[in-house]
Amino acid sequence: MLKKRLIPVLLLKNGRMIKTKQFDKYRDVGNPITAAKIYDAQWADELVFLDILASIEERKNLIQIIDRVSEECFMPLTVGGGVKTIEDIKTLLNAGADKISINSAAVENPEFIKEASKKFGSANIVVSIDYKNVDGKNLVFTHGGKKQTNLDPVEWAKEVEKLGAGEILINCIDRDGMMNGYDIETIKKIANSVNIPVIACGGAGTLQDFADAINIGQASAVAAGSLFHFTDQNLIKTRSFMKERGLSVRHV
Amino acid sequence: MIVIIDYGISNLKSVKNILEVIGAEVIISNKKEDIEKAERIILPGVGSFDEGIGNLEKLGLIEILRKEVLEKKKPFLGICLGMQLLATKGNEGRENKGLNFIPGEVKRLKLKKEFKVPHVGWDDIIIKKETPLFNGMTKDKNFYFVHSYYFIPESDECIVATCNYDKEFVCAIQKGNIFATQFHPEKSQINGMKFMENFIKWKP
Repeated sequence: MLKKRLIPVLLLKNGRMIKTKQFDKYRDVGNPITAAKIYDAQWADELVFLDILASIEERKNLIQIIDRVSEECFMPLTVGGGVKTIEDIKTLLNAGADKISINSAAVENPEFIKEASKKFGSANIVVSIDYKNVDGKNLVFTHGGKKQTNLDPVEWAKEVEKLGAGEILINCIDRDGMMNGYDIETIKKIANSVNIPVIACGGAGTLQDFADAINIGQASAVAAGSLFHFTDQNLIKTRSFMKERGLSVRHV
Repeated sequence: MIVIIDYGISNLKSVKNILEVIGAEVIISNKKEDIEKAERIILPGVGSFDEGIGNLEKLGLIEILRKEVLEKKKPFLGICLGMQLLATKGNEGRENKGLNFIPGEVKRLKLKKEFKVPHVGWDDIIIKKETPLFNGMTKDKNFYFVHSYYFIPESDECIVATCNYDKEFVCAIQKGNIFATQFHPEKSQINGMKFMENFIKWKP
């Protein structure tokens, strides 16, 4: 039976691992390579690396990190941050990434999703959607939460599926780093509107939040940053918690 | 020496990394002389069938593979798209002829609504035929998958393992010196490493 995936998210800036709250208030939390090794030792199902700057200069750091991590962690690595061109994707795949996450470029040029999935196979293209509640309405934001669009996250999710995305990573900016639970309602809406896997991200604070995102939100995978960094709830504990609740997780 | 075939669109490095960790001598190449010299060949795969077969053709690799794999019978491992390309026919992007090393067709997974496609994540495999390649696996025998298409072999004889995701599909095949998996051993942590160790020792 297909397992529900537990995915630590490693947010990167200038080659360091950071944590944010609502995409703001950066905190340095350490060396991403060390963190990746720890998650690997705890049998994470996958790792997501998102570089929040990813300018051309910054990209070198990102590539170096992926290069090093892929030498030691033999698990799926999803990598994103400033991916705009086919060449960007190729470089990251060559460095050891398995799946590429596209965010702002997908909004600016939706055809890019089509082109990328045609070339690399749609299974390897993840579209990441950041959204925030603005006056009672959810709106998609790009450029690390700085640029507001008029897209509704549910409608945008349907659109990216049509364009060839193989997976969707949804991140609620309001809940980022707050550890007060996922936006289950939106996760559920998106998961029920598309036929591709949905990874829930943003807000996990307790192990029950993971179970809820899967059971109620219908997510295929749960991702978290803070919960794995700042609490003593590691992946091993998470896995037994999920198992006790009858959820299908990996036996190791 | 093991050669990982470089045909432009794969996660070559991950495959090389895991082989190096288990002590294999390995190169990434698409040069005829390297492939001729190699004792074992791996065709990895991330990408679409259309692009994959097109690149093999452009690089003149089809003939070389035919000679080294079918005639010289070197131990061969196809991974994911590298398994699908062994088929007679593919349907990703458009209808394409494959290598036809193992007769069959590659089709898109058409599943009940609650089964998302692509099939992404860790899933258990069901071993149908004993093979040393699956020696020493964990109890669950789970591997990492990421694919939207699957291989339907013409004959059941080549089926080594299957996976159940709404329906049972083939996830490992073998015909003589040719072995292929739909899952990614290079991404399957301990089971993947064990599998690769078994492959580098494999005497078909």
